Amino acid sequence: MIGWWSVAFAADRVVLADRVYPVSGPPIERGAVVVRDGKITAVGAADAIPVPPGAEVVRAAAVTPGMIDGLCSIGLTGPLNRPFDQDHLQPGDPVEPELRALDAYDPWSELVGWVRELGVTTVHVGPSAGAPVSGRTAVMSTAPGPALVPEAFVLVTLGEASKEFPGSQTRMGSVAEVRQALAAAREYRERRKLPLADRPEIDLGSEALVAALDRRARVVAVAHRADDLLAALRLREEFGLDLVLAGATEGYLVRDAIARAGVPVWVGPVMQRQWSSLGETHDGTFENASLLAAAGVTVGFMTGYEAYVPKVRVVGWEAAIAAANGLGPDAALKAVTLTNAQLLGIAEHKGSLEVGKDADLVLYDGDPFEYRTRVCGVWIGGASVTDGSCQ
Amino acid sequence: MWWTAVALAEPVALVGARIYPVSGPPIPNGTVVFDQGKLVAVGPSSQVTPPAGATVRDVTGKVIVPGLVDTHSHIGTLGPTELNEGSGPLQPALSSIDAIDATAVSLQVAQAGGVTTVNVMPGSRNLIGGQTAYLKLRDAATVDELLLCPDRRGPGCGGLKMANGTNPQGEGTYPRTRMAAAASVRQVFLDAKKRRSELDAPHKRGKPAPAPAPDLAKDPVVEVLRGERVAHFHTHRADDIVTALELGEEFGFVPVLHHVSEGWKLVDRIARSGAPCSVIVIDSPGGKEEAAEMSLTTAGALERAGVPVAIHTDDPITDSRLFLRSAALAVRGGMSEPGALAALTLNGAKMLGLDARVGSLEPGKDADLVVLSGEPFSVWTHVEQTWVEGVVVFDRATDARYATGGWDQAERYPGGAR
Repeated sequence: MIGWWSVAFAADRVVLADRVYPVSGPPIERGAVVVRDGKITAVGAADAIPVPPGAEVVRAAAVTPGMIDGLCSIGLTGPLNRPFDQDHLQPGDPVEPELRALDAYDPWSELVGWVRELGVTTVHVGPSAGAPVSGRTAVMSTAPGPALVPEAFVLVTLGEASKEFPGSQTRMGSVAEVRQALAAAREYRERRKLPLADRPEIDLGSEALVAALDRRARVVAVAHRADDLLAALRLREEFGLDLVLAGATEGYLVRDAIARAGVPVWVGPVMQRQWSSLGETHDGTFENASLLAAAGVTVGFMTGYEAYVPKVRVVGWEAAIAAANGLGPDAALKAVTLTNAQLLGIAEHKGSLEVGKDADLVLYDGDPFEYRTRVCGVWIGGASVTDGSCQ
Repeated sequence: MWWTAVALAEPVALVGARIYPVSGPPIPNGTVVFDQGKLVAVGPSSQVTPPAGATVRDVTGKVIVPGLVDTHSHIGTLGPTELNEGSGPLQPALSSIDAIDATAVSLQVAQAGGVTTVNVMPGSRNLIGGQTAYLKLRDAATVDELLLCPDRRGPGCGGLKMANGTNPQGEGTYPRTRMAAAASVRQVFLDAKKRRSELDAPHKRGKPAPAPAPDLAKDPVVEVLRGERVAHFHTHRADDIVTALELGEEFGFVPVLHHVSEGWKLVDRIARSGAPCSVIVIDSPGGKEEAAEMSLTTAGALERAGVPVAIHTDDPITDSRLFLRSAALAVRGGMSEPGALAALTLNGAKMLGLDARVGSLEPGKDADLVVLSGEPFSVWTHVEQTWVEGVVVFDRATDARYATGGWDQAERYPGGAR
C-alpha cells in the first residue's frame, strides 16, 4: 500500500526511452523526459537534452503520459460484489444530485491499485448508471491524495438503466425527471436571489444542478442507444448544458448529430459485452470511436461500471482495441490522455508530456498498446508508484 | 475481392503464409493444401506443390493457424436463461443441444473470432448442468448440421457439465453450503456406479439379457464413469478445485477442470491429478468472491507444471472475437507462445476427445484454419478468414461487421453492409 499523498522527488529523474510519446506533439525516437520536483522540466530528443548531474536515469522502450479514465466507478466498487465493498449506487430518489462520488471513493481499493499498476494515473469517478440524476463526480489521482476536482460533473443516466431504477419506468419518465429537476433548479436559482426572508434554504442537490445550469459544472450523460443520446442533446439545448456523452454505444449511428452539437463523447468500454441484460449494447462496434472521430466528434475513453466479472477495466486496454479498429495508435493515445484531461478541465497539469506539467508518466517495455507489453514504471507527480523496473 | 464466401473448387492451396501447424514447428513460408474438407498437405512452399487443378491463393505475408477450439462457451443460445435450468441442482438428463439455435448470430460472431470448434455448455447454476454439445461452426440452419456426432442422442456429442462453488448454491432444493453440494454429487455418482454394475452384470455372466430401459438421468453419469463422456467441471476457488479432483479420484474418472481461477495456488496438486485445465483468462480481477484472486499467471504456472492447458472464452463472459487476446494475455502472464497457441487449438481438441479431427494442421485432419493478418498474439492482428472443412465461413473483406460489431445495423453502418 502506498501512503497518502506520496512525496515528490526533489532530485532530477530522467527517463530515456526508445520512443517518447508527448501526445502534445509527434512521437520522439530516442527521447528523454526530465523531471524535477514532480514536474516535467524537459522533453525532447535524448541527444539534445543533457542529463542533469546526479540525476537518476531510468530506461524504457516507451514512455507516455499517465492514462486517464474518462468515467468509471473504480474506488466506489470493490472486487467482491458484497454489500460492504459496493458503494456505487444509492437506490432511492431518481433525482439525487447531492450525492458525491468523493464521499464513497476508497483510494486504497485494490482495484484502484490494479489500474494504477497498469498505467492509469487519473480517474474520473462517479456513481454507476442508474438514477436519472445520479450525483456528482470527482476527479482523483490513483495515488491516494486529495481530489484533483472534488466536485466535477453532474451525472445523468438515460435509457434502460434509468428505467430499472426506482421511479420512472419509461424513457419519457426518465427524461421528464431530469427536465423537472433542472426546471426546479432554475426556479431555485431565481428564488435564491430574493431578499433573505423569502429566500429558500440552501439545498445541496439544487446547488449542484444550478452549477450545471450556470455551466460551472459540466454534465455527463450516460446513454447507449442512439435515441437516448439524442434525448441528451435535447436536454442540453433546452437548458444550455455543457454536455459530454458517455458510453454512447450507438454514437456512431448519430455521429453527425453529435458532431453538429459539438458535444464530446467518452466511448467505452470498447470491449463491453454485446449481450448485456439491458439489451442496449447489442449494436456496439469496436469502430465506434473511429467513426465518431472521423465525423469530427472529440473522443475520449472511459471504462464505466462493471456489474460482474471482471469488476474493473483498464482504460488503456480498452483504447487499444479502438486503436486497432480504425482509430490508430496516436489518436487512441491522445484520446486516453490529453483529450480526457481537457474534458476534465485538468489539462493545465495532466494529459501530455510538456514542460511544467505534472510528471505523471508510464514506462513500458514495448508498444504501449500491445497485449504483451508490460508497464514497467508508473510515476505520479514524479514519484514511482509501482515496484516495477524497466532495466 | 477475389475471396468468395462459398466453397471454392477444390483442391485449394494457400501459398506463402507463415504457418503454425501446432503439431510441429512453425513453417516460415508454407503451403497448405486441402480437398474434400480435409487437409492434404502442410509444409514449406519449397516442398509442397499445389496439385493439378487446385485453386491457388497467394497468402504471402499472412499467418495461418489451426481453427480455434473453444472448450467452454455458451454461443448459439439465449445464454443464462436457456442454459441454467432452475428447477433443481442435478440435471444430467438435459442437453444443451436442445437450447441451440444454429442460426443465432453469436455463432457467426465466433467464426469472426477464428473459432471453428466449440463446446457449448449448460451454465453453472447447477451441480450437474447437463450434457454439453461439441459443435463445428459450419454455416448451417439446424443444430444437427453442427454436431460432430452422427446422432444427436448418441454418444460422442458432448460431455457432462458439472459445477461447484457459489454458482450452484441457492434456495429450495439447491445446496446452501459446499458440504451439501459435495454430498449430493457423491450420491449421484454412487447411484451411477450401481447402475453401471446393473448394466454390466448380464454381460459378465455371458447371458443374453434384454437391454435395460434407458435412464436419461443416470446413463450420462455412467458414461463418465466408463470414460466415454468427459466431465467438464466449473470450479474457481482452490478448495473447490480440490473437491472436484477428489470426486474424480473417489469414482475413478479424470475431469477437465474449467476456469481454474485460483489454480495458481495449487499447481502441484493439479499436476499430480492428471486433470487437464481449461482456463478462463479475464484481464482484470473481481466481480465475485471466487474471481477476486483470478490471475493472468494461472495458465503459465500450470503449463510449467506440465498440466495440459486450454483457454476458453466462456462467451459471453469473454468475447469470442477476442479469443486470441485471451491467449495473448496468458502469454503476458508467463505462458509460452507455443503453449498459448496450443491452448487455443490442439490442447482443447484433446480435452474434447476430438484431436483426431481438429486442433492442428496435419494431413487427414479437417481443413479448419484461420488466416491472420499478422502474428497471432498482436493487438494489431485481425482474423481475415476462417475456414471450416474447406469452406470460408468468415471473410473480413465481406463480413467485417461480425468482427467489429454492428452486424444488425448494416444499412445504417458507415460504408454499408460490410
